[in-house]
Amino acid sequence: MAVVKMQKLSICANKKHRKAILETLQSMGIMEVTESDLKDEGELERMDTLAARNKYEKRAASYDQALELLTKYSEGKGGGGLFADLDQIPRSAVNALAADRHKYNTEAADILKAEKRINECTGIIQKDENAKLALTPWLPLDIPLDSDGTKKMKTLIGTVPGAVTEADLYAMASKDMPEPAAVTCQVISAANDVSGVVVMCLDRDANQVENNLRSRGFSKPTLPALGIPREECENFDREIAEQKKEIEEQKLKINVYQGERENFRILGDYYRSRAEKYRLLGEIPQSRNVFFLEGWIPQAQADRVSSLLTETYGAYVEKEEKREDEDEPTLLHNNPFSRNVEGILASYDLPKPGRVDPTFIMSFFYVVFFGMMLSDAGYGVLMFIACSVILKKHPYMKEDLRRSIKLFFWCSISTTFWGLMYGGFFGDAIDVIATKYLGFTGSTPIFKPLWFAPLYEPMRLLVWCMLFGLIHMFIGLGIKGYEYLKDGDVVGFISDIIAWYLFLLGLIFMLLPSGLFASISGMTFTFPAWIHSLSRWTAIIGALIILVMSGRANRNWGLRIALGAYDLYNVTGWLSDTLSYSRLLALGLATGVIANVVNMMAKMAGGGPVGIVFFIVIFLIGHAMNMAINALGAYVHTNRLQYVEFFGKFYDAGGRAFKPFKTENKYIQIKEEK
Amino acid sequence: MSLGMALALLGAALATGLSGSGSAWGVGIAGQAGAGVVAEDPSQFAKVLVLQLLPGTQGIYGLLVTFITLSSIGVLGGTAVSDTNTGLMYLFACLPVAIVGLISGYHQGRTSVASIGLVAKKPDQFGKAMLFPAMVETYAILSLLVSILAVTNIKR
Repeated sequence: MAVVKMQKLSICANKKHRKAILETLQSMGIMEVTESDLKDEGELERMDTLAARNKYEKRAASYDQALELLTKYSEGKGGGGLFADLDQIPRSAVNALAADRHKYNTEAADILKAEKRINECTGIIQKDENAKLALTPWLPLDIPLDSDGTKKMKTLIGTVPGAVTEADLYAMASKDMPEPAAVTCQVISAANDVSGVVVMCLDRDANQVENNLRSRGFSKPTLPALGIPREECENFDREIAEQKKEIEEQKLKINVYQGERENFRILGDYYRSRAEKYRLLGEIPQSRNVFFLEGWIPQAQADRVSSLLTETYGAYVEKEEKREDEDEPTLLHNNPFSRNVEGILASYDLPKPGRVDPTFIMSFFYVVFFGMMLSDAGYGVLMFIACSVILKKHPYMKEDLRRSIKLFFWCSISTTFWGLMYGGFFGDAIDVIATKYLGFTGSTPIFKPLWFAPLYEPMRLLVWCMLFGLIHMFIGLGIKGYEYLKDGDVVGFISDIIAWYLFLLGLIFMLLPSGLFASISGMTFTFPAWIHSLSRWTAIIGALIILVMSGRANRNWGLRIALGAYDLYNVTGWLSDTLSYSRLLALGLATGVIANVVNMMAKMAGGGPVGIVFFIVIFLIGHAMNMAINALGAYVHTNRLQYVEFFGKFYDAGGRAFKPFKTENKYIQIKEEK
Repeated sequence: MSLGMALALLGAALATGLSGSGSAWGVGIAGQAGAGVVAEDPSQFAKVLVLQLLPGTQGIYGLLVTFITLSSIGVLGGTAVSDTNTGLMYLFACLPVAIVGLISGYHQGRTSVASIGLVAKKPDQFGKAMLFPAMVETYAILSLLVSILAVTNIKR
């Protein structure tokens, strides 16, 4: 339960060992390399590795794309889904494959080329389909679309607005011409807004006819082809068929490589790691013969690494003192149970180095509070089974995901526990099924709560929730006190921590025996007289210390007392924080009551076979929804209680996550061989 | 049916009706923002969905109070309300969750929209993004608590 102590190391080594040292550090993945203090002084320079790095990043990306395409064209098989395992690959296999990488580079390039070809073909098909669509209205036309006429005749092909008949068209074309005009008209297609027409006339009348038509909005169509429409359409069909065949061929070409997926995954990560190595290489200062490396390493590992580097590569390693302005990274280390809430902590903010890591304490409250809010044994058991199956089937999930699932695994146990305490198993499902379908006539509930049913005694549970809340927050305040003591600030410890404990405990013990509390909670406490006076005096002493000491940073006594009085006002903050724990009751009730509503709706269709089917369907859908939404609520509000009420009492956020120089793994995990 | 019974039923109806409307409103606007984010980056779907669902709880709290009310006024159990005063008591007891559910549902939805924007720009800040809408919900929880305590403690 702690923030890991970091040590800064400076390494200086001969350049001939550069590759080996970097690769060793990368595979160990325990050192965060920082910007070197050695600025470019004279002989030191940094290598320009940008080109190499880009090249490797592009390679990694091309493997990623190739893998995506293989999944896309594999018709369903492959692809690990959400809980995909990382392949466990021995290092020797990676190295063997890397020696062969050029072959695989070509293969990946082939896949990408095939995909490019498929895209081109799809483009052509799209274009042809559009062309066919444009030609459809002209299909009845049996002369080429670019027909101009014969030696003596002129053919005009085009569109006029509106739906016209052949008589209309004739009238339009032969306007101002002696009857009977030598004009032949044909309407090829007539739609509401436009008609395709063919008009033939003698060459000498051509100008007149064309002008007549133009004045009525005639225009030559812009069409994708100019031959006989039917033949053109057939050509397009042929082309589409060809392209489709081509696409199938290219898909076959891609699918040839289905068996290479694992190799592609390994090489994708290989190139990613290599790009990362080159990124680092570009940042470290080097002279003609040596190079320098600085960075943070967990203190416990420092000796091992420095002796390894000194003995194997003859490097010079120096442990450095942390300077004031340096920003030490935060790495958490916790036991296997508490470790699982580290992600929750990190998504708030990491603690500053040297501060308390609350993960250990938080993990217990997290699991308990989650269970109180979801609080249904049935849901708990379902979650337990789901998490166990996932953990069993996917032993090599990505670490973050694995921890989340493990956290929910523990939460599911707590949920089952609280469900038993409150007497909820899919709400009152046992009673409903027994009385409605099994003819049970005894007294309900059959399954009695181990503790009590919150729906019938909400006040009692509310008091308990606030008690849990107070314990939670008092522990938070205690952590702050621990930090004061660690810094040697005894005055602060007494005036900011002890004084508040005295004040609050005094107030609580004054409240407990009062009539007000008894009437709210229905609990009566009778204390002996000495506790009455003790609690009064504790509260007064605590309040006085806060009043006088809270503004101790100020020399001006007036201001100091004013600040103290203001700090005393924080007692309302404690009150509202305590009330905030009522969500433990509210969400617990919500799960139970909605589950009961689901059961009640499910049994409405009666007892016959239809009724039973109806019961099962409603039961499944209703409980699935209730479980999902209440699990979400429990998750969100457990987080909130930790983040706001608990962290608010002590937490010193603002740490920077430890980012070691390591192999970049998207698909695989390298197994080291001894 | 007595006037008291009608008033008690009105209370039960308002609890689900108003808080459900608040939730529908909140989840609705959050969903619109969420769909926009997923259009740009489908990998954010799970996070965005969680944020969209946050304002949905008010409706459930309303349903809860309605259920408890119905079970004690003789619709789903308990005894029917015979006098007007008792009916009024049930009506007023239902009001906190109805009113706060409506208003907090809407505002929680707006906060969710903002948080969805936050997640779109900084997906790693999900923990904090979730906290902002959860803050609004506190007041819905308090109103739920008051309504439950009031309904269950009406002396008949």
